[in-house]
Parts: sequence; C-alpha cells; structure tokens
Amino acid sequence: MLKTFPKGGVHPKENKFSAGKPIETIELPKQVSIPIAQHIGAPAEAVVKKGDQVKVGQLIAKSGGFVSTNIHSSVSGTVLKIDNVLDTSGYKKTCIIIDVEGDEWLDSIDKSTELNTNIDISVDEIRNKVLDSGIVGLGGATFPTHVKLSVPLGKTCEYLIINAVECEPYLTADHQLMLEKADEIMVGSQLMQKAIGANKILIGIENNKPDAIKIMSEVAKKYENIEVSPLKVMYPQGGEKQLIKALINREVPSGGLPINVGCVVQNVGTAFAIYEAVQKNKPLFERVVTVTGTSLSKPCNILTRIGTSTIELIEAAGGLPEDTGKVVSGGPMMGKALSAITVPVTKGTSGVLIIPAKKSSRPKTYNCIRCGRCMNVCPMGLEPYKLKNMCVVKMHEELQAERILDCIECGSCAYTCPAGIPLLDYIRLGKANLNKILRSKKS
Amino acid sequence: MAINKLTVSMSPHDYGKYSVKKIMSGVVLAMIPALLVSVYYFGFDAIRVNLIAIASCVFFEWLFQKIFIKGKLTINDGSAVVTGMLLAFNVPSNLPWWIIVIGALVAIGIAKMTFGGLGNNPFNPALVGRVFLLISFPVQMTSWPKVSVLNFAMTDAQTGATPLAIVKEGLKNGESYSSIMNSMPHEYVDMLMGNIGGSLGEISAVALILGGLFMLFRKIITWHIPVSIIGTVAIFTAILYGINPETYASPVFHLLTGGLMLGAIFMATDMVTSPMTGKGMLVYGVGIGVITVLIRVWGAYPEGVSFAILIMNAVVPLINNWLKPKRFGETIKK
Repeated sequence: MLKTFPKGGVHPKENKFSAGKPIETIELPKQVSIPIAQHIGAPAEAVVKKGDQVKVGQLIAKSGGFVSTNIHSSVSGTVLKIDNVLDTSGYKKTCIIIDVEGDEWLDSIDKSTELNTNIDISVDEIRNKVLDSGIVGLGGATFPTHVKLSVPLGKTCEYLIINAVECEPYLTADHQLMLEKADEIMVGSQLMQKAIGANKILIGIENNKPDAIKIMSEVAKKYENIEVSPLKVMYPQGGEKQLIKALINREVPSGGLPINVGCVVQNVGTAFAIYEAVQKNKPLFERVVTVTGTSLSKPCNILTRIGTSTIELIEAAGGLPEDTGKVVSGGPMMGKALSAITVPVTKGTSGVLIIPAKKSSRPKTYNCIRCGRCMNVCPMGLEPYKLKNMCVVKMHEELQAERILDCIECGSCAYTCPAGIPLLDYIRLGKANLNKILRSKKS
Repeated sequence: MAINKLTVSMSPHDYGKYSVKKIMSGVVLAMIPALLVSVYYFGFDAIRVNLIAIASCVFFEWLFQKIFIKGKLTINDGSAVVTGMLLAFNVPSNLPWWIIVIGALVAIGIAKMTFGGLGNNPFNPALVGRVFLLISFPVQMTSWPKVSVLNFAMTDAQTGATPLAIVKEGLKNGESYSSIMNSMPHEYVDMLMGNIGGSLGEISAVALILGGLFMLFRKIITWHIPVSIIGTVAIFTAILYGINPETYASPVFHLLTGGLMLGAIFMATDMVTSPMTGKGMLVYGVGIGVITVLIRVWGAYPEGVSFAILIMNAVVPLINNWLKPKRFGETIKK
C-alpha cells in the first residue's frame, strides 16, 4: 500500500501532456516586466531608475522587510521605466520594465554545469545567500525561503520534507526538473538540511512519476540521510499539511506551522534554486514553467526568465489556440485565471494552462442536495456546504468556530459538487470577512 | 492572435464528473430491474401506475415552481421523476389513478416544494406521499393484487395479503410461526425473486439488490445506510427468533419480505434526507432497522419501514450536528 493522507482528497484527470518533454529555453524576449512584489510579505524596493544599465542577475529591488526578499534582473539591458503593469492578480502592480540588449551575465555567476557537491559552508552564509539571491517557495505560495530556513528559538526540526508531489493536474515542471537535475536537487536539499539542522530529508513523489522516483532513489543513495517515498496519487497531497500527514503521519495543529511537528517543507524547485544560489552564485531570475492545455499543439516545459510575458511562452508552445476561453497561471485546481495574456511570469508561476472556451465556464448550478460529497473530500475535515450557508448569512463568529480559517483553498469541494455550487468562492469571501473582523478587533 | 475575451474566475478551473442530473438518472437506471420484475408479475398495471405517478409528480413540481416559488424551472434535474417512480414502487399495482395523483400532490406539493424544492425537504417526499395514502386510503392501499406471471389481460386480479400481513395476523390469532409458514403459499425463493404479494416495486429482493450494487458501483450511494439497516434488522430479528422461534419470524423472512430492501437501498439512501458522514449514516441506519423491527413485531401495522425512515429523517439534522467529520489537526500527534 502506497502512503497517502487519510482524509478526503480527489483525483482529477491528470492530463500531464508535457511529461517527459525536456526543459527548453526560448529566445529572449524584447522586453521584460519584473514585478517588485512577487512574494508573500512586503514588496521589495526598487534600487534602479529609468535609464540604468543592468546585467543578468543584478539586484534591481531590495528586500523591504524581514518577510520580503530581493529581486534581480533576469535580462541585460536598459531600464525603460518603472510603471504599473497588469499582473496575475488582475490589478496593476509596480513593475520594473527593462528593454533587453544582449545577454550579459554578472561575472560573479558561475555558468558552468559542473556539479558542486561541496557543502562546507556556514549556516549563516547559506541563509544570507538564500536571502541575497531572492529565493522564495517555488511551489506557488512564494513564501520567502530564508524565513523558513530560520528555525524559531526553542523549536527543533527533525525532518526536512522535499515536496516533489506536483499533485496539480497538467503541471510537469517539477517532474522534469527531477529527471534532469536530480543531483543538484540533492545538494540543494542538503544545504537546507544544514541550515535548519534537520536529521533527515524525506522526498515525497506521487506514483504517477515512476521515472522520477527511480532516478531520485538512485541518486539519493549517493547522499546521506535522504529517503525518497513514493506516494499514492491524490490531490491535494502537495499541500504541506497533507504531505506531512502522508509521509510521517503527524498532524500540523490547527493554526500551526509544520515546525510545530518538527518539519520544514520545501518545494523541489526551491531546492534546485538554492543549489544554484549557494553553489553557483546565481540569483533566482529564471524558473521552469509548464505550458500546457488540451488544445495546445506543443505542450512543453520552458526555462523562463522572470518578467517574460505569458504570450511569448504560449507562442513557443505552438501559439494560442483559436478556441481559447481561459488562460490560467498555475494548475487547474489552484491556479489563477489571467485577465490578459500579457501578464509577466513571476517566481510563483509554475505553469500556464490554456483552457478551451467550452470548458472555461462554470457548471450549471442546482440546489444543494446535501449529498455530503464536499465534506467527504475536504482534506481538512471541514463542512464546506455549511460554511457556504454561514457565509451567505454572515455568521462570522460561527464560521470561526467551524474552523473556516483552516481551509487550505484546495478547491476539492467545488470540484466535486454535483450541484455545481461555487463553494470555495463563498468560503474565500467568508475567510476574508472574518479576517477583516479579527483584524479590527485586534487594533 | 487577438483574443479579447478571456474568462476570469476563481479556482478550481476543473470539475468532477458528477452532476445532480447524472445522479438522478443513475437512480432511475438502478430502478429498472425492479420495474421489469413488477411488469413481469403485475402486467400493464405496473406501467400504468408508474406513468401516472411520474407524470403527476413532474406536473406538480412544474405547477408549484411556477405559482409559488417563481424561480427557474427545476423539472429538468430529474428529481421529480425519481420521486414519481419511488412513489409508484411503494403502492399496490391496482391503485385507482386518482389516489396516485393525490399521493403525488402530497409528495411533491407538501413534502418537497413547500420547503423550497429539491434539497430543502426534511422528509423523503415519496414516503410522505405513501404514508399519507396509507393512512387516508387504508383499504385501497392494502389490497394487494395476487401476482400472475405476465398477465396483460387487464382482468381484475384477485387480491391477497402480503407474507408479512399473513404472519402478523396468524401470530395475533395464537398460531405458531412454523405452522403459519407451513401453510404459507410462498417459499423463500419466491420472496427473493418477487413472486409474492406487495407494493409494486418491493417484491423482488434480487432486483433491488442489483440496483443497489449498480448505485454503489456508480458511487451514487455508499454502503453505510443499506448495510446498517439490513444488518440491524437481521441481528435484531435473529435475537428474537433465537429466544422463541414459535412467536417470532425468522430473520431471513424479515429481510426478504415487505419494503425492507426497497427502503434500505432506495428510500433511506435519499441524499437530501440522510446524514452526511459515514458515522452518521450508520447511526441513521441502525435507528431505521430498530424502529422497523419494533413496528413489525409489536406495532399495529405489519410493515414499518416507511415509518422508520420518516422518523429517522426527523433526527438527521441532529445527527449531522452531532457526528461532524474529524477536523484535521485537532489532536496533535507527537
């Protein structure tokens, strides 16, 4: 029996069209728009101005607080302007717009592909490099990694869990990265292990990637204390609470963090980024993005410079299909629908998904028939139908008692609802309203 | 390439394969074997009752929606068809048409639409209709036509009692269970296949179980409710039978007769009126099983499944509040 988390979950059609497609690079764009807020926390502060010459990897915006991080130029060229550009959220956000001229990298970056397994480096140095290189969680949450690598006083960390689950349908960026960069991922994981002082590294991979499990298991033998665990395919296993439960059977307490049960969870892409940052001195300015969709002619995995317009990726994957109805940044379960195809790729963009027009509208809604499916698929053990009803009538205190803030917004309830009720929309609304009330109470 | 209009909506962007309509059509498909058996034994009458019940249920749903609720029409979701068929399954095949129409009016009009239509009714509409008819028209509702294989002659068939009624009557008159069973015209095989008197859809245990397996396979229902009801009735009656086999009927007899299979598989599993968690469903099923046996053995009526389900319907909200799913992270394992 393969391990998985015991409660809830759904299994949508996987549709991993781009699986096994090698990571490719595309022609450099003519212009990039790099947002200064690509991570959770305070936006970075721009340190370049109009007309400045920048090189690839040069710092262009400085961390704006503890929970914040640096941002680097992904191209070489001239800063055209600092302006507001439509981003993934659908709002205009401050971006540094750079006209591309050539491809001149900073001299400090080691461009060789030679593997460097030497991790004889102090813990502080690792953390500083991670912060300096602007590394954030690449699974999609974009939480600044240096914060996660500083274990709070009085807490110990037993396990470093590498999240290589990639439970979102369609996406294959992490999968392909594991096939091509297994050694680098192991070294990156060891660096993180050192920083947090964990005893053991666990790598969780879903069983629909047998080739990745094979390669990673073999490579792991070369290193100490790394264990690769195959997991049963089940969405949302990539949620950190579900992954911890599946791997070591511990439950992160409500409102708590993985460190409460002695774990730190990092995405496999983050492990690779840390390897590059520490061993190769390369800041985070590019990432692997899966470009996929049922009607797309060439689904692929592209190593993309941050700030590249989404449309350039789509062109590289065979062009925007005529029947396109929706373009999603991320996977189908948790991704954000884009309001324009010019939105720049950010550190958190794991995929670009093209959904045909006939599949882009919501299903027909009926009355709730109280079948209980939403409740049975909720991985957090909540009652989505009830939360929805309470949200409608604004019972905010009761919502808190029903633990609405535990919702991880995985969308399993709305996915499975036979009555087509947008349960998650209501729950998000209720969470936002409740948080507003809690904040006003505090102040 | 110019695409000006992109759909923007919150996640998820993918949806599962279930819809209310598919669930309803799955239930209708699951009822086909039992329907075929009823046509085999009761002839055209079975089709007549079904057609009248379905047509009037759909009509009343349309009418009430149009006049009182004034929302969008809901007859397309198929739930009225299911209610109609279930109502037909719960009445004798020789019931006059106007009684069926009254049953449909009560089922849809009173038990369903007054509460706001599909999903809002606390009680199973078809059962409310059936019980209303049973209390209002006891003679017509309990004169069961004797089965006659493929009788399409439309002659007035003879009527006779159901096995449950025969046993109840016999025990009341002081006869022993074994002597009643000796003079019983039906074998267990007849009860299994449906060659007994009874409501239109309840006679064949095999056909109903087949439908139940189909619904399990299609994931329309879960095992909890049917298994807990049937298990409870089996255990409870086995204990009684063990105490005194002369005054209590055997568990096999209880399982195969009356509306137990129809109730356990099709009526009690109605999503709207049953609990949501597995644990809740088990409590609900055990409750139905116990009340059914209490009514069958000590009550005034020979059959108690419909009353048992309606009584347990009433406590479903309490069960839902009591047996909530286990929250993630409630207990810290270290």
